[in-house]
Amino acid sequence: MNKQISYLQSINTALRECLKNDERIVVIGEDLRDPYGGAFKVTKGLSTQFPDRVLNTPISEASITGLATGLALRGFRPILEIMFGDFLTLCADQIINHASKFHWMYNQQVEVPLLIRTPMGGGRGYGPTHSQCMEKLFFGVPGLKIIAPSIYHNPGELLKNSLGAKEPTLFIEHKLSYPKILKLKNGDYAKGLSVKRSSDRFETVFISNCNFKNPDVTIISYGYMVEIAEELLLEMSDFEVNIDIVAPSLIKPVLTQEILNSLQSSGRLIIVEEGTLTNGWGAEISSLVAEKGFNYLKSPIKRVAALDLPIANTKTLEDEILPDKENIKQAILEVIE
Amino acid sequence: MKELKDLYKQMVLIRKFEEKLYELFSKDLLFGTIHACIGQEAVAVGIANALDKSCDIVVSNHRGHGHYIAFSNDVEGLMAEIMGKKTGVVAGRGGSQHLYNNNFYSNGVQGGMVPIANGMALAEKMKKTNAIVICFIGDGTLGQGVVYESMNISSLWSLPIIYVLENNIYAMSTNVKDAVAGDIIHRAKAFNIDAEKLEGNDIEALYRKLAVIVTKVRNSSKPYFMCIDTYRFCGHSKSDSCEYRSREEELSWRDKDPLSLVYAKLPKEMVKKVEKECIERIEGAFRKCQKDLYPVLKNE
Repeated sequence: MNKQISYLQSINTALRECLKNDERIVVIGEDLRDPYGGAFKVTKGLSTQFPDRVLNTPISEASITGLATGLALRGFRPILEIMFGDFLTLCADQIINHASKFHWMYNQQVEVPLLIRTPMGGGRGYGPTHSQCMEKLFFGVPGLKIIAPSIYHNPGELLKNSLGAKEPTLFIEHKLSYPKILKLKNGDYAKGLSVKRSSDRFETVFISNCNFKNPDVTIISYGYMVEIAEELLLEMSDFEVNIDIVAPSLIKPVLTQEILNSLQSSGRLIIVEEGTLTNGWGAEISSLVAEKGFNYLKSPIKRVAALDLPIANTKTLEDEILPDKENIKQAILEVIE
Repeated sequence: MKELKDLYKQMVLIRKFEEKLYELFSKDLLFGTIHACIGQEAVAVGIANALDKSCDIVVSNHRGHGHYIAFSNDVEGLMAEIMGKKTGVVAGRGGSQHLYNNNFYSNGVQGGMVPIANGMALAEKMKKTNAIVICFIGDGTLGQGVVYESMNISSLWSLPIIYVLENNIYAMSTNVKDAVAGDIIHRAKAFNIDAEKLEGNDIEALYRKLAVIVTKVRNSSKPYFMCIDTYRFCGHSKSDSCEYRSREEELSWRDKDPLSLVYAKLPKEMVKKVEKECIERIEGAFRKCQKDLYPVLKNE
């Protein structure tokens, strides 16, 4: 890909292509239609081109999640936008007791190819109910897949690859990533960093400051936090710690083997997530590593995450509550000590 | 139009089926629980026979044995499902209140299936199949907010759906008077949905009325809401002894038993024959299911 394209453009273009190529696609959500084009403008232009399949709804998250599920059960491939990820609590019964259960509960006789897209994350001063990483509440839901692209992934391709599944998918976008230009290069790039990608349907990106040779530390992270970790590596280019970043786009289920592959050489693991610390993604990965890679560990696992507090509105407190570069750097120093 | 004998036979089949389930529980031969619809059979049979079974969709709830049997006639699959057998409609995964078969779907959370029924109605409308969706709810379901979100959308988008509220007066133990403010019909009318109240135990009258409404919704592609008055003679679930209502009230409804109301209109010999055939079919299904295997998880 030569042309520079943003995270948001990538998703917008993918939605347009999906609508164009597949009549089963219906895009549903609040304030999606032109001229508004969605709260974050992700669906801009779509209703003008496809007026019958881009639907504005009332503010009724539970009902529209059910509506999209009903469409999916009857042969459509709905893409539902929930305006802020925080509002997934309003959809929880529909996702947990309905959409995610049907395929298995009805003995694999139905499919629910439902995609729920939603922006998550803080850093914009939106305060306690518009800044969270609510995906953590859904990590334990059987039947639900969770995808969370970073700017090192191709979110539009991931979105296309998420369509048509037998069970629903939660697609987590990050508000701070929307305007960012995607970094889709392979091989060596800036300041001695190199990058490679898995060939999976939902690719994992690996970034390294040692060309993946003899890493001292493995960092696993997803979404916007990968940007923070990569920036840290760039800033610390004269730092003498070899670091691999593992950045899956598929965050549930966890792909344990690719963590173990890096951990086998590094022996030290840091898990970085923007959600709150307790019972989070890091807790699950720590358990998996304790079960399957305990012998690789040279030091205790470190988790970097948000404090177990609501996310405050004012910048000073928000900065303190959310994880940042300094927290990651501190964790690196602690594990190599 | 269906003959009265057919409608009666379907109601007897449902009644005898659920009485058999109670018998099996008393002998400790069933695991789990059920929510029976004894006394409400006319609603299920009336609706199912008014539909075009080749395309219409039924979305049901926890009290769905009657809906299921009336729509699918699959006594054997339901018996196996409730007995937890591999041969059940969803191979023992769902049990009594989580059923799927062709165009029939049920689930166990109050009101949860209402928006999903809307989505199905939208799907059929977009596909131009001319199918309609029936969404069964109860008086207790009126406490759920998602019901109103969904009525609002079906009215705005003109969806071909009929909300069938079976008002059996009790949400578990709570009388409708203690749970529902105002007039039920007004709730639907507030969304500009045509709505009416119907008597639910006289199958002949109900079926004739429902056939007209189904045609109307199919032709207009607009939602419809009906509140059907009925009564469950049994408890809410298998272990409910109905301490919250009087024996006098129960007896007054027994006079309106949907089966008795038809009984008098049919020749005695025919009634006996129908009853015998239904019992034989249910006993046959039970005997077969006893031999069926329980499911096990393979490596999924």
